[in-house]
Amino acid sequence: MTGLAHFAVRRLALGLLQTAAVVVLVFVLTEALPGDAAVALAGDQPDPARVEAIRQAMRLDEPAAQRFADWVLGLLRGDLGTSLVSGRPVSSYLAGGLGPTLLLAGITLALLVPLSLVLGVAAAGREGGPLDRAISTVTVGLYAVPEFALGILLITVVALRGGLLPPTAVGAGGDLLAQPAVLVLPVAVLLARPVCSLSRLVRAGMVEALASDYVRHARRQGLGEARVRYAHALPNALAPAVQQLARTTDWLLCGVIVVEALFVIPGLGTLLVEAVAARDVPVVQGLAVVFGLVTVVVNLAADLVVHRLAPRGEVVA
Amino acid sequence: MTTPHTPRARHTRRAFLGAAGGAAALTTLAAAGCSAGSTSGTPEPGTDAAGSPRRGGRLRATFAGGGASETLDPHRTNLFVEAARAKALFDKLADFGSDMSPQPRLAESWEPSTDATRWTVRLREAVFTDGTPLTAADVLHSYRRITDPEGAFRARASLESIDLDASRAVDDRTVEFVLKHPYAEFPNALAAFGAYIVKDGAEDFTEPVGTGPFRFVSFTPGSSMVAARHDAYWDGAPYLDEIEFLVANEETARINALLGGQVEYAHELTPTTARTHEGGGQVTVVRLPRSAMQAFVMKTDRAPFDDPRVREAFFLIADRQQLVDSALAGAGEIGNDLFGKGYQYYADSIPQRTRDLDRARALLREAGAENLTVRLDTSEVAAGFVEAATVFAEQAAEAGVTVEVVMGNKDTYWSDILDSGQLCCYRSGSMPIESHISQRLLTDSTTNASKWQREDFDALYEQAQATLDEAARTDLYARMQRTLHAEGGFLVWGFADWIIATANNVGGVDREAPANSLGWARFDKVWLA
Repeated sequence: MTGLAHFAVRRLALGLLQTAAVVVLVFVLTEALPGDAAVALAGDQPDPARVEAIRQAMRLDEPAAQRFADWVLGLLRGDLGTSLVSGRPVSSYLAGGLGPTLLLAGITLALLVPLSLVLGVAAAGREGGPLDRAISTVTVGLYAVPEFALGILLITVVALRGGLLPPTAVGAGGDLLAQPAVLVLPVAVLLARPVCSLSRLVRAGMVEALASDYVRHARRQGLGEARVRYAHALPNALAPAVQQLARTTDWLLCGVIVVEALFVIPGLGTLLVEAVAARDVPVVQGLAVVFGLVTVVVNLAADLVVHRLAPRGEVVA
Repeated sequence: MTTPHTPRARHTRRAFLGAAGGAAALTTLAAAGCSAGSTSGTPEPGTDAAGSPRRGGRLRATFAGGGASETLDPHRTNLFVEAARAKALFDKLADFGSDMSPQPRLAESWEPSTDATRWTVRLREAVFTDGTPLTAADVLHSYRRITDPEGAFRARASLESIDLDASRAVDDRTVEFVLKHPYAEFPNALAAFGAYIVKDGAEDFTEPVGTGPFRFVSFTPGSSMVAARHDAYWDGAPYLDEIEFLVANEETARINALLGGQVEYAHELTPTTARTHEGGGQVTVVRLPRSAMQAFVMKTDRAPFDDPRVREAFFLIADRQQLVDSALAGAGEIGNDLFGKGYQYYADSIPQRTRDLDRARALLREAGAENLTVRLDTSEVAAGFVEAATVFAEQAAEAGVTVEVVMGNKDTYWSDILDSGQLCCYRSGSMPIESHISQRLLTDSTTNASKWQREDFDALYEQAQATLDEAARTDLYARMQRTLHAEGGFLVWGFADWIIATANNVGGVDREAPANSLGWARFDKVWLA
């Protein structure tokens, strides 16, 4: 086994362990929340007899350990369980929410990576020059605007005043690709802040790399400026950006709740909020598993890429 | 029977409301009473800004929803959107007019026995969307399902007075209900929230079949339901070809979708949104007055509120107009410590209570409760709750009472305040005054938050339910309400408007109907100009 593969396996095993820990923690925490699904479901009609009947129907009267064990056993068979509230399989919940979220995350990432690279490299090209200052001003300023405010602003100006794009994805349902116009504003909002942080990181990395000994050395060797820049400086400059990108991916996949709510996109973030409010533990658990695995895999991938880009910058597993 | 509440989805602008109709509607509907009859509540065609009714089109209506757990099982309706969808696909035997009096629907008529323990209900000629006719067997199956103790259906408590084992189908279109005790207001049970009539044997509602004005086409939980006109609908086929219910939990998203032309009807908007767009010409804002009772509940069985003088002092401390202006952003009117302003049997002859701090201080002194400190439970469970608590604490301070505002968990609030605490914020949607009393104010009521437990009061309620003469019953309700006004535990300080908005080409929207009443979210009488 090569060093890299060994590293990957070790990281994956650790990641699975972490995911399992998260799942246990989620169960314990949801048990500790005040009230159970029966109370949440009874709502403004908390007739004690009715709450008790709901509790029995949901098998909430069984001990927590028993319910947890049943759930874990099911999980090992690939069964995520059924929702307490609707009785439908948790997997159908995930399937429903995953599509829109993956689509949004995918499009955002596909735009995010080239855009931040171009901006970062361009800004670093002439440090302190007008282009650098312009890019820096815009990115720092934009980064300070919360998603919610930016979303409302875009909806008001672009959709309602300008009439250029639809204000929400209402009516598009799960099939967002059928009406691509509804995706433009949500993606713009999702893109706004990560593009700022990433391009800043790329810029900082490039500035540092361009001033480093090995770049000076490469220049002394008489290599062309473009080659120095893209083949030598850029890979070293990217390591911190890749790790930031992994964190951004988690954030996108776990559903940006604000964006989903504002634009009415029924993704995983919305699902999580609803499930926690309803104390629908199996759904929360199922989401925790998915989020945990995604986080582990994405961060693993990022570490591997960093390993490859800058092997000297040791990565702590 | 209660109004839909939002235990599952958590968005603070969620309400469970109902509006009282105007005085005119009140009298006509009361006169329609409990015999055979016509439907009610729809405005005269031709009076609408959208012109006279015309056929065709798909109306898209957006509501707050409950996410992926939403169901089409009409007996499990819990949210406004579920109630609105159930109403499109199903019918109840009766439904509430704008004054919360029961109006015949699938029941053509109802006749009580002389002691009000046996009710003969005659069904109208109606067909399900699969073409089969409605029969007594469908009714009995539906009610048996709702009252199944395993099912924990919401309407079960409302139908509990029926002895279903003794009840029977007299013929295909006649049901005889045998009750466990006299119940003059039995038609209220037939109109109960969630008491829909499904087909005999129906248990699976993935493709529901009902007698409603629309027939099911498609459903994605938490997102959309489409239904098409039921041409053989007994109450006349709808004007619309199709209705689509769309879910948008954020109020901003609902109004934006309406402004952007993505929907034609937006349910549940804030007073701020209404003010912004009212008169602007872009959309039509509809305010349904006297929709949600807003109150503070005092627990009458424990200190300090076990002393009626303290309760009266609190009634006198409240500056109701200030509460309406701040907690409801002015979108409402003041209350008089009684539920059901404008509804059938409401005692509007009782004078409006006004603020009197001197009298309040004197009462507190008499009760030995000077320098009183009280805990007030509130939560973000409903719009305006926290504001109301804060404002009331300031008002109480002027009378020398310290009110400590305690924030509770919004997911479990209603259950938390049921037995614990002293004073709490409370809200209720529309229901008949009889239901409010039976659910909340009798010794054995299941959700008796004010812990009002008085044998003489229980006896008055029982007497009213054994009295078939309506005038006599009205007197009994007045007596109950005078007692509640004088020394009850509900400090009802206001009634909130319910706000919806439509595109300007939508006609036929009822402007008086409380949420969950017959005219509310009634899309079979709505048209697109």
